[in-house]
Amino acid sequence: MLAFVARRFGTMVLTMLCLTMVVFFMVNLEPNLKKLAISQLDMRSSQEHIESWLVKNGYRQNFFMRYGQWLGVVQKQPYTDPVTGRVSPRFSYCNEPAEPHYSGILQGDFGCSTKFKTTVSAKLFPALGATGILMFWVMVVMVPIALLIGILAGMREGTRTDRTLSVASIATTATPEYVSGVIFTVIFASWLGWLNGSSASATGPGGVTFYNFTLPVMTMAIYGIGYIARMTRASMVEVMTQQYIRTARLKGLSFSAVVVKHALRNALIAPFTVIMLQFPWLLTGVVIVEVMFRYQGFGYTLVEAAGNNDIDLLLGCSLVSVFVVLFTQLISDVGYAYLNPRIRVQ
Amino acid sequence: MIEYIGAFQIVLGVIARFWPVWLCMAIVMGASIFYRKKLGLYGQIFGSGVGVTGVAICLFWLFSAIFASTIAPFDPLGQMAIMKDALPGAIVPGDGRVYLFGGDKLARDVFSRMVYGSQIVLIIAPAATAFAIMVGTTLGLPAGYYGGRIDSVLSFLANLVLAFPVILLFYLLVTPGIMDTPIPYGLAGLFFIFPIIFFATLFYTRYKDRGMLLYVQLALTFLIGGWIYVGLVFDADPLGIVRIDPNQLNIFVAVVFASSPGVFRIVRGLVMDIKTRDYVAAAQTRGESPWYIMLWEILPNARGPLIVDACLRIGYTTILLGTLGYFGLGLAPESPDWGTAIKDASRLLRSFIHPALPPTIALMSFVLGLNLLADALREQSMKD
Repeated sequence: MLAFVARRFGTMVLTMLCLTMVVFFMVNLEPNLKKLAISQLDMRSSQEHIESWLVKNGYRQNFFMRYGQWLGVVQKQPYTDPVTGRVSPRFSYCNEPAEPHYSGILQGDFGCSTKFKTTVSAKLFPALGATGILMFWVMVVMVPIALLIGILAGMREGTRTDRTLSVASIATTATPEYVSGVIFTVIFASWLGWLNGSSASATGPGGVTFYNFTLPVMTMAIYGIGYIARMTRASMVEVMTQQYIRTARLKGLSFSAVVVKHALRNALIAPFTVIMLQFPWLLTGVVIVEVMFRYQGFGYTLVEAAGNNDIDLLLGCSLVSVFVVLFTQLISDVGYAYLNPRIRVQ
Repeated sequence: MIEYIGAFQIVLGVIARFWPVWLCMAIVMGASIFYRKKLGLYGQIFGSGVGVTGVAICLFWLFSAIFASTIAPFDPLGQMAIMKDALPGAIVPGDGRVYLFGGDKLARDVFSRMVYGSQIVLIIAPAATAFAIMVGTTLGLPAGYYGGRIDSVLSFLANLVLAFPVILLFYLLVTPGIMDTPIPYGLAGLFFIFPIIFFATLFYTRYKDRGMLLYVQLALTFLIGGWIYVGLVFDADPLGIVRIDPNQLNIFVAVVFASSPGVFRIVRGLVMDIKTRDYVAAAQTRGESPWYIMLWEILPNARGPLIVDACLRIGYTTILLGTLGYFGLGLAPESPDWGTAIKDASRLLRSFIHPALPPTIALMSFVLGLNLLADALREQSMKD
């Protein structure tokens, strides 16, 4: 078991290295660097001005050198003026020291955000916290509802309840966040006026309230509900045909007792994996919902970073999201083996 | 002053505009139900209400896309200044025609844009899915069949792409700047070669002893494949028929890139399951080549789950296209596709809601139709 987890961690680190390298390559493409330089200077900067800015800030160094600097295995160099020989830090707003130093991911330094003029950690971690709150409420709403729908539908296969609930869950999987978000906003914010169509105030002093937070949570939950419910239903249907369920029925237990005591625990193993594997999907959902409802979380930061080609911030975002994806996969595998003694980790 | 028609007249007007769709749907559905006993799996779908609904919705949008220019009363990009933010049912002054679903903030007809939007979705989504299936199948078959190192490398690559959050992938691959680099063309060149390899191998393994037939098939594959390849990747079709807008090529490549690892995983799993069957062992004993076994023994027996997956995947691709439109990536800002329309309308929800509803409902219904169809297909293929 330990060897399995260790090997998975090894693959995970390798995957993260490859992916960040790809992202690093993409954000350092010539047009993207130009875009960054223009957004940092101004629209009418001359070609030479842009070029000198890029050189000055170290964007013209060798690709692998720069990737190494970001990782923390190569020293970051301060800017040395070629004429006067004066040494100054590259990004003064991040308190970079004016001498060569190791400062990358391995040292816990995520770099410097050119868009928000602060360190990436100062921007990224509060945003992650805000998204954590959103994710928490989404899970609280989504998981019980989805499991309940799945169990009710799978309990008696082929009945009217089953068909209705199945079609309903198919319908929710056909409703991506940007569709349900618009529809819910129209109904609950524009027509009824019950809820706030924007969550911008949720990260402010007022904090999260029912009024400003229900719409994003509802929008995100609805897309996941259908999928988890269908998996739960399939798992439940399979369990209900097992011999031990028939035995339990034949020995005179009531139907509800059979479902709650015998079927439920076995039927919930598969949905556990599915719920864990939902996290990567939720990540995309987070981006859409946070942009739609103007909630200043991780997704909002990612879009800002990508839109302005904020290299270090975007790399930080991709590192975090790739970590979330791989880590939940690991948990789902380990948890599956733990919950189901029949599966032994090879 | 703009005059309006009533709600009932709007409904009647919409139904009347869709007349070619109703006609074709009636013919196709009627014929399908009449001959359903002879139509195999497709005919069996008509046995359940879910299946009929799914087919009906898919056909509706298919015919809407085909007859878009007949159905839509206005140009999807045309603006009539007076109709800015007009409510549904507004009559164009001095014209007599009606903005059935009202006008948007640029005074364009919402109804016409919705109809033309279906064209973009129904061209890109199924085509991109087809390419993704080709890529995923061509790579998934050897990975599942041989196992070992090929499998490890390909699975690692697939997991690499799957570990990317889709939205980040799109932001990296579909930025405007990337069109100046050779990356989209390189990827397109890589992906579009898979169908040619697939069909060439398919024919070669089966007919390698039947000279004439093989040559004809291979010649046709390379001719048609090469023609489409040259047209799409190099934009150099000598006849000028096959061409794709650079923006759309970029989207196309990004969508294929994002969804082929999923197909790869499914095909790989199916192959690993099927290769333990007796008929595969029989073929191996006969001394068939590995690619013959993969393409002619294993793949036909994996078709059920693959067809279901294809249906779901077209729906998912539609959602991805909508996501691209919603974030304003790739598609032109005035493009009538549903995602872009939802983006434009959702910014103004506080003042006007009518431009937002048609594209949202259109996208939702199309994906719903595909999902229902997939569900019915799954039910039917499980019965066999």
